[in-house]
Amino acid sequence: MGQLKLSVNGRAVSRDVPGETLLVDLLREHLRLTGTHVGCDTGQCGACVVHVDGRAVKACNVLAHAVAGSQVTTIEGLADGGGLHPMQQAFNENHGLQCGFCTPGMIMSGVDMVQRYKAAGRDLDEPAIRHELEGNICRCTGYENIVKSIQSAAARM
Amino acid sequence: MSTGIGARVRRKEDRRFITGKGRYTDDIRNDNQAYAAFVRSPHAHAAVKGIDKAAAEAMEGVIAVLDGHQLTGDGIGNIITGWAITSRDGSPMNIGAWSALATDRVRYVGDAVAVVIAESPALARTAAEAVAVDYEPLAAVAQPVAALASGAPQVHDNVPGNLVFDWEIGDEARADAGLAAAAHVTEVEISNNRLAPNAIEPRSAIAIHDEAEDHYTLYTTSQNPHVARLVLSAFYNVAPEHKLRVIAPDVGGGFGSKIYIYPEEITCLWAAMKTGRSVKWTAERSEAFMTDAHGRDHVTRARMGFDKNGRITAFKVDTIANLGAYVSLFATATPTYLYGTLLSGQYDIPAIYGTVKAVNTNTVPVDAYRGAGRPEATYLIERTMDIAAREMGMDPAELRRINFIKAFPYQTQVLLNYDSGDFPALLDMAQKAADTAGFAQRKAEAAARGKLRGIGYSTFIEACGLAPSAAAGSLGAGVGLWESAEVRVNPVGTVEVLTGCHSHGQSHETTFAQLVSDRFGIPIENISIVHGDTDKVQFGMGTYGSRSGPVGMSAVMRALDKVEAKVRKIVAHQLEASEDDIEIVAGEARVAGTDRKMAWHEIGLAAYTAHNLPADMEPGLKEGAFFDPVNFSFPSGCFICEVEVDPETGVTEIVRFVSADDFGTIINPMVVEGQVHGGVTQGIGQALLEQVVYDESGQLLTGSYMDYCMPRADDVPSYAIAHGCTPSPNNPLGIKGCGEAGAIGAPPAVINAIADAIGTDDISMPATPQKVWEALHRARPAVAAE
Repeated sequence: MGQLKLSVNGRAVSRDVPGETLLVDLLREHLRLTGTHVGCDTGQCGACVVHVDGRAVKACNVLAHAVAGSQVTTIEGLADGGGLHPMQQAFNENHGLQCGFCTPGMIMSGVDMVQRYKAAGRDLDEPAIRHELEGNICRCTGYENIVKSIQSAAARM
Repeated sequence: MSTGIGARVRRKEDRRFITGKGRYTDDIRNDNQAYAAFVRSPHAHAAVKGIDKAAAEAMEGVIAVLDGHQLTGDGIGNIITGWAITSRDGSPMNIGAWSALATDRVRYVGDAVAVVIAESPALARTAAEAVAVDYEPLAAVAQPVAALASGAPQVHDNVPGNLVFDWEIGDEARADAGLAAAAHVTEVEISNNRLAPNAIEPRSAIAIHDEAEDHYTLYTTSQNPHVARLVLSAFYNVAPEHKLRVIAPDVGGGFGSKIYIYPEEITCLWAAMKTGRSVKWTAERSEAFMTDAHGRDHVTRARMGFDKNGRITAFKVDTIANLGAYVSLFATATPTYLYGTLLSGQYDIPAIYGTVKAVNTNTVPVDAYRGAGRPEATYLIERTMDIAAREMGMDPAELRRINFIKAFPYQTQVLLNYDSGDFPALLDMAQKAADTAGFAQRKAEAAARGKLRGIGYSTFIEACGLAPSAAAGSLGAGVGLWESAEVRVNPVGTVEVLTGCHSHGQSHETTFAQLVSDRFGIPIENISIVHGDTDKVQFGMGTYGSRSGPVGMSAVMRALDKVEAKVRKIVAHQLEASEDDIEIVAGEARVAGTDRKMAWHEIGLAAYTAHNLPADMEPGLKEGAFFDPVNFSFPSGCFICEVEVDPETGVTEIVRFVSADDFGTIINPMVVEGQVHGGVTQGIGQALLEQVVYDESGQLLTGSYMDYCMPRADDVPSYAIAHGCTPSPNNPLGIKGCGEAGAIGAPPAVINAIADAIGTDDISMPATPQKVWEALHRARPAVAAE
């Protein structure tokens, strides 16, 4: 397939990876960005959500070469500098995580939905957040505090 | 802001998780990393006639293909069960042998017969597919009732009739007499649906063998790394304990499924020795559905008798429990001492008798899953109460109220001695929070919109804080269930707490630190909690059974007592005062009523410089404690669920869910409420969505998230939570444990609400739209036709 070039968390990346390499494997195994998780093998759980050119994508369902030339942002690159993104802050303040495994995907999905709703001028209320979280499974929190976290972050983003 | 007991302290552990810096087992990679893939049976039951490894071995990048004959040939022991149950005729239980890799017979879909070790996960998987196994399929049985039928396929030759044990509890003659004298007898037949625990982090293991030291290291997704080391050493002959380090780093949820020591961990350790490589295995989700221990899977017939005033006279229960193909580590305790002992619920029942037949089937082993036995007991009791109330024309809440236990301690007819509780107060609290007074109006309003609104109660009790070691031992447990702690005050005054509990979402790094901050008034940032590594923590029993609070924290409290006692001696000596006059407040030790004081770091330094200690005192400031509870703890609760059913579609919407809990003392309400949210959601999942399905031939039909319906954010409501508190008298904090309550109490509240809405008890879990719609049509053809 030749050299794959893309940007990950603002850094230019160039790697020679086989054509069948999934984006999530590129991130986890080749770039050792292990914050993006794999919780299932059918694109259901959302633990692997990253942003590709500003849109939420399940990294387990995308070939790495399919995002050549794109800007990829993972949980490790979400915040500017050493601080926390408002969504990360909100998850801490609202106890939006327990075991933490689904959390990177939840945060990346949360940021995406807030940005989409703001761009469309739509109100991201509780039913909308619950509907938008259809593609992210959490087994610990019962979603209650994830919903609160996203609501709280939306007010600050 | 306080960081002591009772404060809503934000979690210390969050930062690494929210920034993607958590360190889970699959995130770890060693220099000489190789990868394992298992060759698994596609048959529920088959004889293994031969394994042809040649094609796989010839593939480039394949390091080894290993099978069960090699494993047993190297002396790796069979997988054990940790709790011996005696049948009611006095005979011991029958256990079929379980090798980590099957040799001559496979007994469930997913049973592993060989493992491929290769240079990459993809290569290992491809090579595993190239291993040709000659199977001769045998007749299989997947359902527990069918397994007991005469002529059923035999899962193990040495388990006649597939009956592992036939256990009893209580007094049969007394229960029969109580039923005979009853004015009304309610009879129920109830299934408790089989569930897959589904921690979102799949199981994973990395094994390392250091040839020079003949030492092994295992990174694993475990709730109890010390128990894993003990069992791997004592029974599986992998390595002696001092030559085996088990590390459970960040673990992404457990819910019971990560208690057990599975074939994969054993095989990885053995394969690391065989190949001289670090061997890593991570389950795919489909593999998790096939191989993680499942939960529940009971079929029960029961009769409850009532006198003319609605007081319970007797309860008689016959349960068949599916243990799956092999008997897993705590599989025998779950449907017996964690189920039969709970059959009194919150009620004063004068006569109880229960039997449990545990059976093998050609399905993956069933073991403890969040609640473990107590959800099954609670669902049975609480459904029976509602059905009885409808039959007798009584209000379900009032039927509960008149049967509540009201004085403590209370000795049940099924072994347990409840220490404390206030069940009427919880019912009142829940009714107020749920505005039950306004229910009739809401029901009428819903009816005007064409919806059927129903309300359901669940008043439940748990036995948590597992467990008093002597009691557990007398009932057949192979281990003591105490917990250990060590508190190390460093020379600069920072504190490390080592605990044998393990946090895989429970927030121990925060809540355990709150105990120290509360005791000495030192900043919570100066306290670290160390857990999950057998090289750091000497021993411990891990986290399950809502035990980290009542048992693990109690051990910390005892160790803190010892540290405090030594601090008082040091300070009294240095300040020439009486120990009794020393006050420890806000990170200082003062002589009461004076300005003489030592800062916390000065005390640490004094202990370690040892320049001026009392004559008989050893230097240092480090104390350990083991805490063995004298009794279980008994959290209780009242859940009220309100649903709206759409009669057109059978879709149930949970419109209100109230939890009134009594967890005793609460260390961090934010964390406790989070546990309730998660537990209730798993309970709603069981009630409405989840079920593992094996077909008649033992094929697993629910092998992915496409087929097994997990609760998602829009399946559940926002919860209202209230706390009552009757402290447990049996531990220093008065704490009862909160991890399992939601999963235990929620299913009957939901199903009772649906039954109330549709006017029939002819409904089972999971109450899918199709089932609800059909039940509605069977019961109320006229309404359904409108």
